[in-house]
Amino acid sequence: MLSKGPNPQLNAGGELQHLLTLEGMPAAIIERILDTAVPFVSIAERDVKKVPLLRGKTVFNLFFENSTRTRTTFEIAAKRLSADVININVGVSSTSKGETLLDTIDNLVAMNADMFVVRHGQSGAPHLIAQHLSARQRSHIHVINAGDGRHAHPTQGLLDLFTIRHYKHEFSRLSVAIVGDVLHSRVARSLIHGLTTMGVPEIRAIGPHTLLPTAVEKMGVRVFHDMKTGLAGCDVIVMLRLQTERMKGSLLPSAGEFFKHYGLTADKLALAKPDAIVMHPGPMNRGVEIDSAVADGKHSVILPQVTFGIAVRMAVMSILAGG
Amino acid sequence: MPTEGPHGRMPEGLPDAERALAALADKMRGAVAVDAKLIGIYSGGAWLAERLAALLPGEHPVGFIDVSFYRDDYGQKGLRAKVETTTLPFEVEGSRIVLIDDVLYTGRSVRAAINELFDYGRPERIELAVLVDRGGRELPIEATYVGARVAVGRELSVVLNRAGDRFELSVEPTTSAPRA
Repeated sequence: MLSKGPNPQLNAGGELQHLLTLEGMPAAIIERILDTAVPFVSIAERDVKKVPLLRGKTVFNLFFENSTRTRTTFEIAAKRLSADVININVGVSSTSKGETLLDTIDNLVAMNADMFVVRHGQSGAPHLIAQHLSARQRSHIHVINAGDGRHAHPTQGLLDLFTIRHYKHEFSRLSVAIVGDVLHSRVARSLIHGLTTMGVPEIRAIGPHTLLPTAVEKMGVRVFHDMKTGLAGCDVIVMLRLQTERMKGSLLPSAGEFFKHYGLTADKLALAKPDAIVMHPGPMNRGVEIDSAVADGKHSVILPQVTFGIAVRMAVMSILAGG
Repeated sequence: MPTEGPHGRMPEGLPDAERALAALADKMRGAVAVDAKLIGIYSGGAWLAERLAALLPGEHPVGFIDVSFYRDDYGQKGLRAKVETTTLPFEVEGSRIVLIDDVLYTGRSVRAAINELFDYGRPERIELAVLVDRGGRELPIEATYVGARVAVGRELSVVLNRAGDRFELSVEPTTSAPRA
């Protein structure tokens, strides 16, 4: 479904037209999004948490997969930009009556949509929508990928980068460890691309053989199979959600076994730098990939990630819609 | 004849920025409420607000405002490349405020700034102080205090520069970037 060739998320002038992936995204654009998100953080601290940038625009949240946090933060972001937001939970809507994805899009275009925020179980679905819009001469409508299959979750990657920069101030001297189910994680993939582009010198992936994709080393990542060596001296620890539905296969013995080896406890955290931060994209499985004491401890920046996620999504939307 | 200044073409008649600042401070001295808060519009107005706070008697709290999220040309020109964080370390509600900008031209930045301020609270009064008024208004907005007036053609932008701790004015060809 993914076509090669020029980066389809940039227009002829090299400006951001859609946000589909962090792979191949120029550092200058990532930096601009992170910089623009800074003033949006303080907008959220006002009594009036709204600015008029997207007044009169209509944003469709198209979620073909369940998500509460991501959909809610996109909805809040669009509303704080004064857009009108329509949430469509497609899983229980027209597609169950047989309508195709692109027919759904055409119908929403006929309702004068300005932006689609798309989550889909199939990798490449947001890309397909972007191509379809451009084939229909609807290039003024923007597409934001809110997570597609195992492929990408670029706004999560951006908010992770924002969080790391917020606490660590720069990227060029960091060691970042990504722990757990990297194989199934679009969050990990987007973050690795973003960290690489922003010049993070050491990216580590820690997990059992069965949950680390074989291609991860080609992405410039050092692979570890035990926490002791993997966490030693790192600045940032990103815990991934163990997708418990994966447990049904033969990938993992049990949640308890996983926690014993790869769950982040205070003991394991002590191997990292004393000022290390702990991140998690949510939703967390307490006692599976992370111990409650760590999740709620002083190294944890898991809740600030959620707050920053809204500001980052406001930045992306306002850069896209400004055209 | 136009002369070459350190920051580009300097046509005759462009006032000296330091003298304009002194003139502006003279007009504000005694006229601005003792409890007035100074709010500079990024970037030139922000520099100016800091200088004025030092020149005016009393203690005037200083804040900074970036109007990028309130500009009316967002739909045509998009978001500015660099947006600063608006920082108002005081209550806007019930306050007497002097908005400060370097160049008053169309009035659109001031309109945006006033709109933004009202999202922080309902000020008791807003006045406007500008270093240079170049005319050309497109909105019914006038400054309360003006340092100097200049006549410059539409093809030129008047720009405030900082050279060390001194201000200088220069002109640049008008680009498609959002105007003051």
